[in-house]
Amino acid sequence: MLRQILSAIPRDFSLPITIVQHRGREIHDGLQLALQCNCSLPVREPEDKQPIRPGQVFLAPADYHVLVDGGRFALSTEAPVHYSRPSIDVLFETAADAFCSGVIGVILNGANRDGAQGVARIKALSGTVVVQDPATAESPVMPTAAIEATTVDKVLGPAEIGAFLTQLTQTRS
Amino acid sequence: MLTALPDPEIEALEVKLLLEAIYDRHGYDFRDYAQASIHRRLVKQMEAEALHSLSALQDLILREPAAMERLLLSMAVHVTSMFRDPKFYVAFRGKVVPYLRTYPFIRLWHAGCSTGEEVHSMAILLQECGLDDRCRIYATDLSDGVLRRAHTGVFPLGAMKEHTENYLQAGGSRSFSEYYTARESDVIFHCLSPERAVFAQHNLVSDGSINEFNVIFCRNVMIYFNPKLQDRVHRLIYESLGHLGFLALGRKESLRFSPYESCYKEIDAQEKIYQKVG
Repeated sequence: MLRQILSAIPRDFSLPITIVQHRGREIHDGLQLALQCNCSLPVREPEDKQPIRPGQVFLAPADYHVLVDGGRFALSTEAPVHYSRPSIDVLFETAADAFCSGVIGVILNGANRDGAQGVARIKALSGTVVVQDPATAESPVMPTAAIEATTVDKVLGPAEIGAFLTQLTQTRS
Repeated sequence: MLTALPDPEIEALEVKLLLEAIYDRHGYDFRDYAQASIHRRLVKQMEAEALHSLSALQDLILREPAAMERLLLSMAVHVTSMFRDPKFYVAFRGKVVPYLRTYPFIRLWHAGCSTGEEVHSMAILLQECGLDDRCRIYATDLSDGVLRRAHTGVFPLGAMKEHTENYLQAGGSRSFSEYYTARESDVIFHCLSPERAVFAQHNLVSDGSINEFNVIFCRNVMIYFNPKLQDRVHRLIYESLGHLGFLALGRKESLRFSPYESCYKEIDAQEKIYQKVG
């Protein structure tokens, strides 16, 4: 899913992309390498206090939460949220607080409700929310929870998400 | 009030005022902590106290000393495990221990030790390397409450499976259960003798250097500080490290944005182990 979307993102995509994928505690670069395969932008795990810049895809590292703090990433080892560390809610809520209408939150398939509160906050602060159509999702729990939590802007199939994001950023710039 | 739209500007102001109130009233200075993470922790504590605004939390903390204690404890406890990041311990064994073997006496400092998992893990590692009788371990934290827990070496029984897996991946050579005694719902680790380990209150924000060390561990502590405070703490660490002493940071921390970067040589780039050379 992620790889499909990333492969549709052009090299000159004007916004920084940050990904939270629920992952085990074990530290290995398998996920990063797998995502890098079809992605024209470099995929990196951010370090604490790293500035958020476009032209990269940031992947939340195992066993840390990623927060947005001013124009930088801030890491945390606070308790898991929805049994997850990294948690989508933590990223989305802090991104919404930092960038308000400048945030686009995308929810893909997943097995728990992590992210639902996050998209609600993004919408409350005038951001944009895109959710994978639950009918196309292997685990529909996560996108369904997001749709129930707030008025999402778009519900799309996997093939359409990448194109929609690209079009959105071109409209903005 | 519950259904009001969030207003990040007002909430940021409430955080600022609350931290000023805490400093003014109780003397703890969290004003240079990283904004996003402390905001979340304060909101969590607000919810734990069944309140609906940070201003209400401020009111409680100003008037009830026990509420400040509860906040302090909630901030000091980190959900972690023994031998977290097992590869760090492998790297430490392989790259730092050989240096330590050459010293007749070794002083180590766990700065911000929280509930002590790292302290007990390192004590086990040092024992397995045959260095424990030469070591003096200092473990400090802001909170008396977590220090007491760290000192007792008591951990929940349910976490032992994860701790054991980590221990083995960290290169542990014994049976992990040799290091603890199991009780009904928890275990006591007995690898830290009182003459080798000192647990003491120390505030990284405001206190000065306590000694000169061969190794300082400050892992996943400074992530909660803003860059200005990080620089201050790095200065304290630098002043507390002997020449060729070792600094260990968390896996996703870095000296890259620090003015002290050039004072250290990278010993392990992945596991963030550095040696003071400048």
